[in-house]
Amino acid sequence: MSHLVVEKLSAAYGKVPVLQDIDLSIERGEIVAIIGPSGSGKSTLLRVLVGLLRPQSGSVTVAGEVLQYDNPRNLRKAREKFAIVFQQFNLFQNMTALRNVTIAPTVVKKRKPAEVEAEARALLEKVGLGHRLNAYPDEMSGGQQQRVAIARALALKPEILHLDEVTSALDPELVAEVLDTVRLLAADGMTMMIVSHEMGFVREVANKVMFMAEGRIIEVGPPEQVFDNPQTERCAEFVGRILRH
Amino acid sequence: MTALVDQLGRFFTYYNLIFIGEGFLYTIGLSAAGCGIGYVVGFLLAVLRNERIVRWAFVRWLVVLYVEIFRRIPFLVMLLVVFFAYQYAGADVPMFTIAATTLALHASAYSAEIVRAGLESVHPNQWDAAETMNMGGLAALRRVILPQSWVVLIPPAMTFSVGLIKSTSIASQVGALELTTVAKILNSKGLSAGMCYGTILVLYFVLCYSLTRFAKYLEVRLVTSRR
Repeated sequence: MSHLVVEKLSAAYGKVPVLQDIDLSIERGEIVAIIGPSGSGKSTLLRVLVGLLRPQSGSVTVAGEVLQYDNPRNLRKAREKFAIVFQQFNLFQNMTALRNVTIAPTVVKKRKPAEVEAEARALLEKVGLGHRLNAYPDEMSGGQQQRVAIARALALKPEILHLDEVTSALDPELVAEVLDTVRLLAADGMTMMIVSHEMGFVREVANKVMFMAEGRIIEVGPPEQVFDNPQTERCAEFVGRILRH
Repeated sequence: MTALVDQLGRFFTYYNLIFIGEGFLYTIGLSAAGCGIGYVVGFLLAVLRNERIVRWAFVRWLVVLYVEIFRRIPFLVMLLVVFFAYQYAGADVPMFTIAATTLALHASAYSAEIVRAGLESVHPNQWDAAETMNMGGLAALRRVILPQSWVVLIPPAMTFSVGLIKSTSIASQVGALELTTVAKILNSKGLSAGMCYGTILVLYFVLCYSLTRFAKYLEVRLVTSRR
């Protein structure tokens, strides 16, 4: 059984269609990278899956369970399956690194604070921030903030982790530390959907690459195919333009 | 010189001091009641207007209507409207209630806007993060948004509060026994205008200045506690 199955998913901002008939499936432990020009709907697809934008039609199934996005109760259940890391980190500015990680498990899931805190410390240790537990977001570098955001997402124990251009807002020298963290998760077998412009990284970690344009999936395949031998003209053009740098 | 000493003697009598003191307390009470109720209602309005918390557009629309109307009515006109509204309703209420109601209506509409501006100053991505973590709108408001709003919210709220204290003097128009009315009465008893109004001027200053100091204290406390 596939870990995530999306069928005929469509969404719109007002009357402007932004996702049209998206079909995809991800196996457990697989990493799918989504590439494509800006405005192609990559981030929107993730926003729909995590319940920030309501889909118009289509279905989403996680580990055999069909998710509904139609009312608050179902929406909560759907969101429990996923966690997302944003381009701009979106850490809670008024909380320390540790509190950012513990807040949802304690406040939303009502788990025991002591237990959650021990887990959070371990997670922050894992992303290499055991020494920054009490730092506030504005006291940390972008790379550190993004690693806290990854720890925060992991604390939710999601079925599937979404990474939305997690290195795009970082200074070049900070990109590596975040990508190393993502490699760590890949090694753990975390199922992930990654929107990224780091083509070298995508080629290295992704099992599958999806090329999107104008709200549709144009081409799907293993990285070698999409990058070296694209089957569609749109994809070839995009990949050609990107790899020339 | 002797005239002034004579004036002082006639002005600062035991009875007059009690009278001024009562007027001062009346003004403080009126400001506190008006601000207190006004801010609580205004805060609720701002929350009801927030689309991350309230999904029904018509509720937000009603709030906008309320806020836009009550911000456009001159204070004195509103005072008279409330005065006659109570009268038509057949409610025999003390002048304090009339004045406090007016202040609360006025303050609620303005503070709703002040709070809204404060909440909107926080980047929407903070709401996004909270939402994807399944934090409810009110939980996100309390734990994430509000703590980051104080810094933007407090200064205009305090400026407005000082303005509101000064507006209480308009309640003298319907005879509420607050500071300005007290000064008017003492003046009409033949005491010098300079003495009467000079005294309440000092008292208004003391009141407003204390509030400004309190605002500074709040700012330091709330804004540093977010660190």
